Amino acid sequence: MMSEKNDNLLSVRDLVVEYTSGGEIIHAVNGVSFELEKGKTLGLVGETGAGKTTIAKSILRVLLSPPAKVKSGEILLEGTDLLKVREDEMLKIRGAKISMIFQDPMTALNPTMTIGNQIAEGIRLHNDVSALEAEKMAIDMLQSVRIMEERFHEYPFQFSGGMKQRVVIAMALACKPKLLLADEPTTALDVTIQAQVLDTMRDLRNQLGTSMILITHDLGIVAENCDTVAVIYAGQIVESGSKEDIFDHASHPYTVGLFHSLPMWAMGEKRLHPIDGLPPDPRIEPNGCMFRFRCPRATKACEATVPNAELTSGHFCRCIAPKEEV
Amino acid sequence: MSAVIETKNLKKYFSVPGGVLHAVDDVSISIERGKTIGVVGESGCGKSTLGLCLVHLHESTDGQIFLNGEDVTDLNKRQLRKFREKAQIVFQDPYSSLNPRMTVDEIIREPLILSRRYKKGELDDRVDELMELTGIEERLAQSYPHELDGGCRQRIGIARALSLDPEFIVCDEPVSALDVSIQAQILNLLMDIQEKSSLTLMFVTHDLSVVRHISNSICVMYLGQVVEMSPTEELFLNQLHPYTKALMSAVPSIDIHNPSQRVMLSGELTSPINPKPGCRFKDRCVYATTACEEPQTLEEITPGHLCLCSRVNEINQLV
Repeated sequence: MMSEKNDNLLSVRDLVVEYTSGGEIIHAVNGVSFELEKGKTLGLVGETGAGKTTIAKSILRVLLSPPAKVKSGEILLEGTDLLKVREDEMLKIRGAKISMIFQDPMTALNPTMTIGNQIAEGIRLHNDVSALEAEKMAIDMLQSVRIMEERFHEYPFQFSGGMKQRVVIAMALACKPKLLLADEPTTALDVTIQAQVLDTMRDLRNQLGTSMILITHDLGIVAENCDTVAVIYAGQIVESGSKEDIFDHASHPYTVGLFHSLPMWAMGEKRLHPIDGLPPDPRIEPNGCMFRFRCPRATKACEATVPNAELTSGHFCRCIAPKEEV
Repeated sequence: MSAVIETKNLKKYFSVPGGVLHAVDDVSISIERGKTIGVVGESGCGKSTLGLCLVHLHESTDGQIFLNGEDVTDLNKRQLRKFREKAQIVFQDPYSSLNPRMTVDEIIREPLILSRRYKKGELDDRVDELMELTGIEERLAQSYPHELDGGCRQRIGIARALSLDPEFIVCDEPVSALDVSIQAQILNLLMDIQEKSSLTLMFVTHDLSVVRHISNSICVMYLGQVVEMSPTEELFLNQLHPYTKALMSAVPSIDIHNPSQRVMLSGELTSPINPKPGCRFKDRCVYATTACEEPQTLEEITPGHLCLCSRVNEINQLV
């Protein structure tokens, strides 16, 4: 196990992030820890408000503060704690070592700049190259996401949604970052376009050896693109492990509930099996298992702090009565 | 069984800079009582426009609409009001389709008052009944939409649509904005209601696993046209049109041992403005030949299974 540790690109340890809103504290991320190996993809799965995006923004340190505040924790990128790095150094890390793709390609691009210049801008910021060389590199990137060179001087409004997202991918990978944070990169796209975009991302990552955190609510996308998976509920990772651990041996009642909610799962059955109720109010201070209010297996014991138990090697589950289903 | 709602060669064209946008082009469908038709396709294929035309939120350009056999294509104001009691719609975005200045009770009550069908004393009972039917807790009656979560707002949208016992409801992506665990709650609700009152539904969505679950038949649209129409299970077993094949294969599989065998499409949706005659999918189709430049007709290939592709037999080796 020791040797594996050295392959870690990123370790997040006990990350706690809060927002203040109208004098009240919103507990967004409540002690999240995970590791990401070099060249691998981690899928971060959960529903709206679970804290997925907040985790990604904490890693890139682009949370607006206030209202957000990283209360505690460590984010180690190759051993350096990003939470302790000075802002001017962070500028050199963003875009060069870590970059991010946002959900909505329409708002991620500058409408008044040609797409070519937007890609070249990042390249010049992080590399000691001439304008001409940067342009050449930007054209290469465009071609690697299958956009023709002729479109270099066009503006974002001249592109369709799928193409804009490919431009954003080209921009994010232009400086060959070690870590790519992809926050619902295809949610705004149609399925046939989604397939094209995910395909492009996979090719490029393989070429460049980029590690990725893929944030999504779509379990199908996780199944096809990730090596490891962390399921997040109410700001906590409730289950994590390899793709096989999660898809073949889902153990946390929330993970099981997520799978059972899918229409694909109910094949042939008339009724779907939703998870009853709603996620807890994030203003409540986390205590015990936060899923107990919706959990069919909850008992009195779930009010106490629940340890993150290792079920099998690398497969963790935060439940006192994990049951293997599926 | 007779059709509750039926369209014949329905068209909806919009004049836009640069020409005429063919949003819905020659669509003929019919839905029997108590059944659900799923309309699927990607953004811009005309599926929502079709739904909006059916409930007269858009006026169709050409063609006919029938409700219980009666021609309801052209309606005056009074007729439209009667029509709306029978044909309703649930919208995609539960955030923008509810009046933020009205309470839950007021939103559900408004159609009841407008219909003048209920006496004053009966109104409260009917509102309570609708809230119970759609699973909205009584204590939320005086809440405003912004105080509620997406799933609950969508229940209000459904309660409002159901208030006057319609025969037909268009559901325009009613669960797309919801998380999966909540989505399943709403889908169950719709199916329960349908079972109780033999409601007829048109379910417009881009999510194929949702339509598979809820629909009896499916209609696949591409750039304003129906390219394939079939009973649900038949379509999932046997896709005939090259676009349907690609669309189905693009859905990521949750079975990690059995990933989707993808038919990758090149290019993107071509423009629906001034479309050329011939197949509208041909520029992205791997099977395209010069034959595809001829106008295509929707033909019944096997019983109940229609396809708009002149090369359907060759592609599927049916002959």
